[in-house]
Amino acid sequence: MGSMGTIIGTWLAGFLTLAILSFLYKDNPFYKLAEHLYVGVSAGYWLIYVVFFDVKPMLIDTFMNETGFEKWIILIPGALGLIMLSRWFPKIAWLSRWPIAFTVGIGAGLGITANLQGYVLPQVTATLLPVTGFTVTDLSNIVLVIGVVTTLMYFYFSKPHKGVLGAGARIGIVFIMISFGASFGYTLMARISLLIGRLHFLFHDLLHILD
Amino acid sequence: MKRTVPLVITFLTGFFLIVAFFIPHEPFGELEQRLLVWFAIVSGFTMLLGVDNLIRSHAKRIARTDTGWGHSIALLVGLVVTVVVGAIGFARFGSPFHMQSPFMFVYTYVIVPLQGTMFALLAFFIASASYRAFRARNTIATLLLVSAIIVMLGRVPIGAAISDFFPAAQEWIMDVPQLAAKRGIQIGAALGAVSMSLRIILGIERSYLS
Repeated sequence: MGSMGTIIGTWLAGFLTLAILSFLYKDNPFYKLAEHLYVGVSAGYWLIYVVFFDVKPMLIDTFMNETGFEKWIILIPGALGLIMLSRWFPKIAWLSRWPIAFTVGIGAGLGITANLQGYVLPQVTATLLPVTGFTVTDLSNIVLVIGVVTTLMYFYFSKPHKGVLGAGARIGIVFIMISFGASFGYTLMARISLLIGRLHFLFHDLLHILD
Repeated sequence: MKRTVPLVITFLTGFFLIVAFFIPHEPFGELEQRLLVWFAIVSGFTMLLGVDNLIRSHAKRIARTDTGWGHSIALLVGLVVTVVVGAIGFARFGSPFHMQSPFMFVYTYVIVPLQGTMFALLAFFIASASYRAFRARNTIATLLLVSAIIVMLGRVPIGAAISDFFPAAQEWIMDVPQLAAKRGIQIGAALGAVSMSLRIILGIERSYLS
């Protein structure tokens, strides 16, 4: 895009930024317009993204470029994808359960293997920390282990929270509240950082007030 | 046919993925990669259903001239224009994501500012909601409040200007108690997901068929 494109784009972006920020005053037609435009443009973006990065290279290009078994086997997911579209026709809409079942099966299979390999085992491994003395690191390691165990105790609802479990759960809620507070602060700062970015765009790129 | 076939498909795909995890050799290792590619392709088609649903619901709103029907026109125009410029970018540059493509113009000057401002707007709502919700009513609520304040102050220059305590405390909170609770929650959630996945593969959980 040339410089005229950049100028038009910057004004468009400025208008849309102000339209969204206008919601801080109250709900208004400019905000509604920008909100709806956001949904429409995002849907279009993701449609193009999925077609270009998933369907085209994996299905169309494979079918066009491969030979023999690889060329024909790729028609199975293509057929499943088309069967998914049977939801458009009420009489045969039940057929869409097949590709749905396929995706659910993959999700469930990955739900077991990926969760165990990607979350449970690495997180447990990372929690088995050494305590070799009385340094700050050692103390932090002890706190970390206690935090993980007591948080798990808090979320264990198969038994009433009494006795050891109750005591552990009460310690666990302390860690959970600190974590929620920290996550809140972290998220808020990230959002404020985005706001600063948008204000910088308005005052620097659009209005040229800031250097 | 309507219920048994989907249950069998779910069982077989889930079962093969688990087998491939424990036996990453021919033919199972290769089968896992193949199934993941198929999954991406089939998921791609679901995008069409989603977009179709969006178009239908807003087209109905326009046809009935319901409240806000003009905004639905903006939505549909945005959708169509994005898809068309994507197609033009593909035809002219070989990829909609080419930097010279008009699709990237839409991305840079429409999607990025809209998305960035929408998330930035949340800062105000999070702050106002927290002002109402964060009351030091008891010890537990006070902990939440204090850790949030320390993290917020510790991550900005003014925190370090007030005291070195804030950046150091912020780092410790993020690395130790915050990580501990997050880890506990993640382990619990992952174990929950494993048990739910097992129920789905074994056909005990069938809500996805309804």
